[in-house]
Formats: sequence, structure tokens, C-alpha cells
Amino acid sequence: MSDDLALTDDDLDGGPGFSHRLSPARFLDRTLVGRTVILTVIAIAVLTPPMYLGPSWMRVGSYVMIGAVGAIGLTLLTGQAGQLSLATPFFMLVGAISYCVLGSADKPGKVGYGWPTWLAMVGAVLIASLFGLAFAPVAGRVRGVYLGVATLALVYVGLYAGQRWTSLSGGTANGRLAPDLNLFGITFLHHDNREKRVWYLFLALTVLAYLMARGAVRSRPGRAWRAIRDNESAAAALGVSVKRVRSEAFAISSGYAGLAGVMTALWYRLMKPDESEFVGTYSIQVAIAFLAMILIGGLGSVGGAIAGSALVNGLPGAMTLWIGSNHLFGSGDTAVTPVIFTAYVYGTAVVLVVLFEPGGLAALGRRGYLWLHRSPLRPYLPPPKGN
Amino acid sequence: MSTFIQVAVNGLGKGAVYALLALGFVIIFKASGVLNFAHGSLVLLGGYVAVRTENHLHFLGSAILGVTAAAVGALVIERVLVARRPLADPISLALLTIGVDVVMSEEIIRRLGIEIPFLGKPYDGKPVHIGSITLFRTQLIALGVGAVLVGAFFLAFRFTGWGVAMRAQAENREAAALMGIRSGRVTAIAWVIAGVLAGVAVLFLATQDFSGAGLSRSTHAVALVAFPAAIIGGLDSTGGAIVGGAIVGLTESMSAQYISYDFSKIAVFIVMLAVLIVAPAGLFGTRERTRV
Repeated sequence: MSDDLALTDDDLDGGPGFSHRLSPARFLDRTLVGRTVILTVIAIAVLTPPMYLGPSWMRVGSYVMIGAVGAIGLTLLTGQAGQLSLATPFFMLVGAISYCVLGSADKPGKVGYGWPTWLAMVGAVLIASLFGLAFAPVAGRVRGVYLGVATLALVYVGLYAGQRWTSLSGGTANGRLAPDLNLFGITFLHHDNREKRVWYLFLALTVLAYLMARGAVRSRPGRAWRAIRDNESAAAALGVSVKRVRSEAFAISSGYAGLAGVMTALWYRLMKPDESEFVGTYSIQVAIAFLAMILIGGLGSVGGAIAGSALVNGLPGAMTLWIGSNHLFGSGDTAVTPVIFTAYVYGTAVVLVVLFEPGGLAALGRRGYLWLHRSPLRPYLPPPKGN
Repeated sequence: MSTFIQVAVNGLGKGAVYALLALGFVIIFKASGVLNFAHGSLVLLGGYVAVRTENHLHFLGSAILGVTAAAVGALVIERVLVARRPLADPISLALLTIGVDVVMSEEIIRRLGIEIPFLGKPYDGKPVHIGSITLFRTQLIALGVGAVLVGAFFLAFRFTGWGVAMRAQAENREAAALMGIRSGRVTAIAWVIAGVLAGVAVLFLATQDFSGAGLSRSTHAVALVAFPAAIIGGLDSTGGAIVGGAIVGLTESMSAQYISYDFSKIAVFIVMLAVLIVAPAGLFGTRERTRV
């Protein structure tokens, strides 16, 4: 009798076709092997490139990681909590300016507080989230596409502030130099191996961003976000404070964007506000690129956001390095550059995703994993996860 | 006082163009539930065709071709892409149009290269003097054309079969379909009308008088300023689009005159945020009600 009631490995594993029983030790053993193999492959893939790739590839990779951090924040907001936002570049700008202001020394015409730079980085992220929280009167009330256009306003505010408050932003002509990050004596920007060091720094930040986002998605905040996304009335009836959760999601997402902004300043070694609202580092074009990343990756998927960034932020640099020139087809003023080509690729990818695979790359990945699960490798694989 | 009248009339002229664009947003939103981010690209498409045909045709001929191109562009986006996903949520559909917009605008801007051609040769840069007041001819003509088109639209919306069908469908899509209204056709016509309005708008947008910049990325960006116009009035209110257009046009020209040119760009968005805080669905938009 007791045998019937006991949990089988099949139950633990969550799938059919796993009838023979394994001892707990053996069960642990096999999936642990699988897990370790997967983690090792990922670790080799992200830790070793600095050993065999040149500095220009390091810069492409670091740029992908900037996009990954921002896109993770946006996918939490738009994918998990269902709030459309075009304000990512604005919060990036806030983060970048805050980092430069807090971290550099006071100079005539340029305000600076001379904080230790690691503290300036933390401060910049906090300031960006506070700005996000300050948007709560709008973020908590305005819904759907209305919110999308409302957040567009912030990009214009950022443009104006960057042009106007030159004592903070350095102005559109010069900007300000990004202070070097000093982590317990390790510096990054003024060093022979700076591209490699920046790679490892950004990698650490991306992993941190990934783990925190995954943790949030799998626990209480994530459940609250999905509840208000799917049905606000039902969520409210279950005790979720809709306005509060909406504002919180916005603030958290802004913090991620702020970190991406600090990384952007470090990547360029310079923080320079844009001259136009449509083209530049903190412009509407960037907002659209971030939306493309999270949609291509699969709305709400943290891993997908990283994959989306690899495509949108990585392709232009990678193509330039592959073909060794800035002209893909044609020549002169109307040549197709890698940047334009990437825009075609991700624009088309967005259309195809909405039409044919609304779950994006994440759904394709899940499908691939299920396929692997039907192969003899199955006992070694951790069970597939739902959304 | 004369400065004020000058600024007000020019602002209303700009407002008329914004109203044309905002009306396009609203018509499309009512018909398909999509906020059409590709509207800026339709504007560019119309302008591009008009510019490229200008040397071979009279201004009017190239303008008509441009407007037609924008209308066909809208029709293609609707039939080929949007109509395929009738059940997708509004955010996915908005993102779909963003994808279209990225490809279309990049391609047109690439084709333009370093050219920034101006449109509206017959009226651009020829100010009208009435006493001590100087008015931009482009804005005056825009005001007239806008009034005629908007008037025609409202008459059609009120009295033609399409207008009745469109209103019925916006009210209750399923009931309208059961009454034999051909949803596909009604929606397609709505997109064509929005495309026509975008094609007309660009004839005034890419001028010295209006934006000081020819057909380029900034034309696309100016089309984005019509978003606030549609949002202020309410995305599902046709009358609201006209009011929103006027508010945006006046805000822009007043703040450019009395505060600063740089500020005028964000003034419009600040007004929009203020409206949204008070009325989250715009001034005349239908407030979402939830029934449990």
C-alpha cells in the first residue's frame, strides 16, 4: 500500500515515460551530471572568448551585454507585467549622467561629487529606479498603448535635459568623460587589457541581472506581475495592489535601464547626450531596438532578452568585423551598412515573431529542449520548465 | 497682439496637419485595435514617391501619386500583416507595426542618402502679409486642406454606408459581423483613409515653413508628435483627434514663441502627461470598464 502512495521519480520529474525507479542518489547523480555539463558549456562559452578573440570582438560582446541588461529590465516590465514602455533610453541616460556626476571630481562648469566609483554605480542604479518610481502617477494609472506613448514623453524630457543642464550632462557637444570604475583596487578603463577587463565586468553584471530577474520571475513579484498582466480585476480580488505592483515593476525596470546606462558610459568611456530625439545613444531608435530585443527573445523571457540583444546589438558590430568594411552592398551615400542591414533583420524578425511564433526565441528554445527530452539524453536533462 | 495672432494662426495650421495624422491613428485604432507605429513610415513613403516623381510631373500630379502610395502602403500593411492576427493583443500588434516601421523607414532614408528634399514648392517659403501680421502660406493652406478633408471624413463617417458600418463595428465587432457587415472590407477602407491622410500630411510636413527640414528622419520624428495629439483627444475618439491636433499645434507654436524652441518639443509631451494623469484614456476616449 505504501508503495502506491510513494512519489515516484516520474512525479518528481514531471513527465511520462520514466517508469523504472532510481535510487535518490542515482537520480540526483544523473540530472546533476546534465546540469553540470550545461553550466560548464555556458561558462566556457562566456569566460574564454577574451583568451582567443581580439579587442574589437570584446567590444561587440560587451555591447551585447549592455543590451542584455536593459532588455532584461524591459522584459520584466513589458513581458511579465504587461506595461508597454519606450522609456528605456531615458533611464539609461539618467543612470549614465548620475554615474558621471556622482563618480567624478567637481570641476568648473561640471558638477561632481567624487564618490568612490563603485558607490557611484550603485547610486546611479538607485537614482534611475527613483526616477521610475516618480513616474508612478502615470505608470500606475495609464494602460496599454496609452502608457507606451506616455513613456515616449520621457525620451523627449531626457533629450531636453541633456541639452539644457550642461553642468550635469556636459552638453551635447562634449559630454563628460566616464570615471573609471574602481572595484577594490581593480580598475578597468585605463589598462592595457581594458577590453578584456570590461568584458568580465559586464559579464558579472549581466549574470547578476539575470539571476535577480529570474529569481523575481519565479517568486512572489513575478506572480504578481503576471497576475496584473493577465487580469487586473482578478489580481486585485486576490489581494494584489494593482497600482503599487505596476509602479514597482516600472521602478525595477528603470533600475535595470540605469545599470545599462552606466555600462554604456563605461563602454564609450564617455557620456554624451543626444542632439536629436531620433538618432543617438539614448534616442527613440534605441527604445525601439530594446522592444525588438524582448519581442524576438520572447516577451517575458529573461534568457530570451539576452538572445534578442545578441541579435539586435551584436549583429552590426559582428558583421562589420566579418566583412572587414562598413559597406555590405552598394556604395556611397546609399550603401547598405551593417547597421541598416541589422535594422532590416530585426524589423523583419519582429514581424515574423508576431505572425508565426508569438513566444519568440524562448518558445523555439523550449520546443528544442522538449525534442531533446525525447532523445536518449533524457535522464541527464533537468525537467523542462513552464513559463 | 499681432504676434499672438500670428503665432495662433500658424499654430492652428500646424495643428491641422497633426489632426490629419492623429485622425489616421484614431481611424486605424477603431478599426483594428492597433496603435499604428508605422504611420511615420507611411508619411515618409508618400513624401518619397512625391519627391521622386516631382521632376516628371506637375506638383499636383506627384502629390496625388504620393498620397496614393501612402494609401496603398497602408492597405498592404493591413491586408498582408495585421489582418492575419485578428486575435493578437494590442501590444503585440503595436510591436508588429514597429517592426514594419523599422524596415520601411530605414529603407526610405537609405534611398534618400544625404538628400533632404523639400516638398510643397508652390506654397513653401512664401509668407502672406496681412497688415502687420506675417503668416506662413504652408500653414494657411494646411488649415484649409485639413478643414476640407476632416469635414469630408466626418460627413462620410456619418452618412455613407462605410461610415455606418465602421461605427457599428467599432461599437461591437461581433454583432456587426452577425448583421452582415464585412469586417475585412470596412477595416481595409479605414486603413486606406488613414494612409491618404498621412500622404496629404507629408506635403506640409517636409517644408521650410512647417519643420524647417526636408524629407528625412526628422519628418518621421515629427509624425511621432502626432501621437500625443491622438492620445490627448482619446485614441478612439475621432472628434478628439481634431481637438488634440489643435492643442498640440498651439502648444508647440506658443511655447516656441514664448519660451524656447527646444522647449516646444517637450511642451507637447508634458501637456499629454498632464492630460493622462487626469484622464488616463484621453479627454474624449472611452474609459475602460471592467466587468467581473
